[in-house]
Amino acid sequence: MKVIVPVKRVPDTAGDKPIDPNDRTVDRDSVESVLCPVNEFSIEEGVRLKEKHGAEVTVLLVGPDSAQPIVRKALSYGLDAAVQVSDEGIAGSDALGTARVIAKALESMEWDLVVFGNQSADARTCLVPAAVAELLGVPSLTFARYLEVDGDKAIAHREHEEGWDVVEAPLPAVVSVVEAINDPRYPSFKGIMAAKSKPLTVKSLADIGVDPASVGAGGAAATMYAFEPRPPKAAGTVVEDDGSGAAAEQLADWMTEKKFV
Amino acid sequence: MRTSPFTEEHEQLRAAIRRFVTDELAPHAEAWEQAGWIDDWVWPRMGELGYLGLAVPAEYGGQGADYWATVVLAEELPRCGSGSVPMAIGVQTDMATPPILKFGTEEQKQAYLAPAVKGEKIAAIGISEPEAGSDVRAIRTRARRDGRDWIIDGAKLYITNGLRADFVTMVVRTAAAESDDPWSGISLFLVDTDLPGFEVARKLDKVGMRASDTALIHLDGVRVPGDALLGVEGHGFKQIMWQLQGERLIGAIGGVAAAQLMFERALAYTREREAFGRPIARFQATRHRLVDMATDIEQVRQLVYDACDRWNRGEYAVTEIAMCKLAAAQMSFRVADEALQLHGGYGYSREFPVERAWRDARLARVGGGSDEVQREIISKLLGL
Ligand SMILES: Cc1cc2nc3c(=O)[nH]c(=O)nc-3n(C[C@H](O)[C@H](O)[C@H](O)COP(=O)(O)OP(=O)(O)OC[C@H]3O[C@@H](n4cnc5c(N)ncnc54)[C@H](O)[C@@H]3O)c2cc1C
Repeated sequence: MKVIVPVKRVPDTAGDKPIDPNDRTVDRDSVESVLCPVNEFSIEEGVRLKEKHGAEVTVLLVGPDSAQPIVRKALSYGLDAAVQVSDEGIAGSDALGTARVIAKALESMEWDLVVFGNQSADARTCLVPAAVAELLGVPSLTFARYLEVDGDKAIAHREHEEGWDVVEAPLPAVVSVVEAINDPRYPSFKGIMAAKSKPLTVKSLADIGVDPASVGAGGAAATMYAFEPRPPKAAGTVVEDDGSGAAAEQLADWMTEKKFV
Repeated sequence: MRTSPFTEEHEQLRAAIRRFVTDELAPHAEAWEQAGWIDDWVWPRMGELGYLGLAVPAEYGGQGADYWATVVLAEELPRCGSGSVPMAIGVQTDMATPPILKFGTEEQKQAYLAPAVKGEKIAAIGISEPEAGSDVRAIRTRARRDGRDWIIDGAKLYITNGLRADFVTMVVRTAAAESDDPWSGISLFLVDTDLPGFEVARKLDKVGMRASDTALIHLDGVRVPGDALLGVEGHGFKQIMWQLQGERLIGAIGGVAAAQLMFERALAYTREREAFGRPIARFQATRHRLVDMATDIEQVRQLVYDACDRWNRGEYAVTEIAMCKLAAAQMSFRVADEALQLHGGYGYSREFPVERAWRDARLARVGGGSDEVQREIISKLLGL
């Protein structure tokens, strides 16, 4: 079985994400970049498929050369190889543009299953996995909190507000996973060292047959017109406990008013 | 200028260890302090993560890394907020087991080192005795031959991990010293703790390192097989002096790391805490103290890194290691004491982690060879 785990480089989730007013994208030079946290879960699923089914797992990253440490980081968890699509034409792509690049990259590779994280920590659109499946014409099992491969089908528990549905699809298929799916391990030092010598193939848009006009800022289907910094957090309500029990009542009233109970 | 000894891979390891320490150890530090006991799961969990065998070759389940990976672990563990954890783990990885790798037979490596790397066996190091600490040659614990076996009698005091260890790497007298070689007659043994006659007589109550268990052990006719002897019979003194180099170095690295943490806490606190209408860090007297602390730490860190570099290259740098052990032990307690001072009354209260670090830091000037012993070593090597 061949599995692809697409990963993303995102600005450090702990810090602010300043927007560059010129091109209205996140100013990546001003912040530290990290492997998107949800990818630790998708990578872990990849590692588990490797352990359970002997799957060959390849990391796929769309991003500039400077994102290579992120590729190595992803490999350090024990995955086999990496493909990176790096091209200046990709800059400024929206979710659809990104999905087009990933779909084309996937068309140039062999695979049975693609395991995405359900959303990236910076854009949070949740659109890319389903869009990739749509562009490729394969089934998608999104928001998986459980994943199993049984012969030539994938079975997932699709998470929603009321619980989850058990869904399945024939391979090849695209899956996106949520953080509840597993408990990711830490990379071992052996894994970290081995990541250096694993094969990494860098491809351009031309290599994978993407029309540059269909991606990047020019090919974007969505346009950002304006942005504003998040408003400062309003001061909360402080309930003082004077020992008389009035505080508990106040708290209960407040929770009722806010419809928490 | 010296470039950083840490590669990109070491930094990735550091990030992974820091996350483990913050998420999995730090939340328990207070409870372990209260209980006087670190939960046993820490060993197999760290074994699973590969942290108990960073520098051990892959054939014994280790990660096959260089010494700087060990440095990373020793620098990150104090961030759990309990000095007991780096001490207990340091005994496992850098005190009780390196002699097995260095002097042991293949069978001993498979039987003791490999399970210790996995965290399936907990290790202790048994040098000190009720009547002999600084003066290792004065040990009274004795082994006499009985056929192919050895029978061990005696006592070991202050044994870290002593209540839970599966085996003790033990220094034992096997013969009287020969007149021309006062260091002879001592041997190392790997002693299983479940043998008849091996008894934990008492758990010691201590001012610091309270989460770490420290034992008085009695050995009453403990029969060990001939292959429990580690290394060469009669060469135990030299072997344990080699062992002590690694022990002192890991202690010095941990001391610098603990001081660094204290400094960071003092910095944060003095920026927040106000007196006379301003944060206390804005008083020149406070600022200068913080600067002195930072300078103190950095000097010793560079001394320690130099010794680590020598050790990593296989140099037997006894003088440098004694110097950095001495410097780190004194500095870490000095910095902890200053940090406590800067925290005022909170520093003395059990509600802040400073007092624990202060109590924990005090040990380094006594354990692993006291300040005075380090000075004795250095003065000998200076030809005094
Ligand atoms: C919490 C804790 C954990 C420990 N863990 C272990 C362990 O796991 N395994 C183990 O084997 N040991 C362990 N030890 C023991 C430790 O290594 C000894 O306490 C230390 O070596 C000092 O020995 P001592 O206590 O016998 O002191 P002594 O040797 O009696 O020394 C008493 C004082 O005399 C000074 N002194 C001694 N000789 C000289 C000299 N020649 N010149 C000047 N001053 C001198 C010493 O520096 C010290 O100040 C531990 C100790 C503690 C407190």
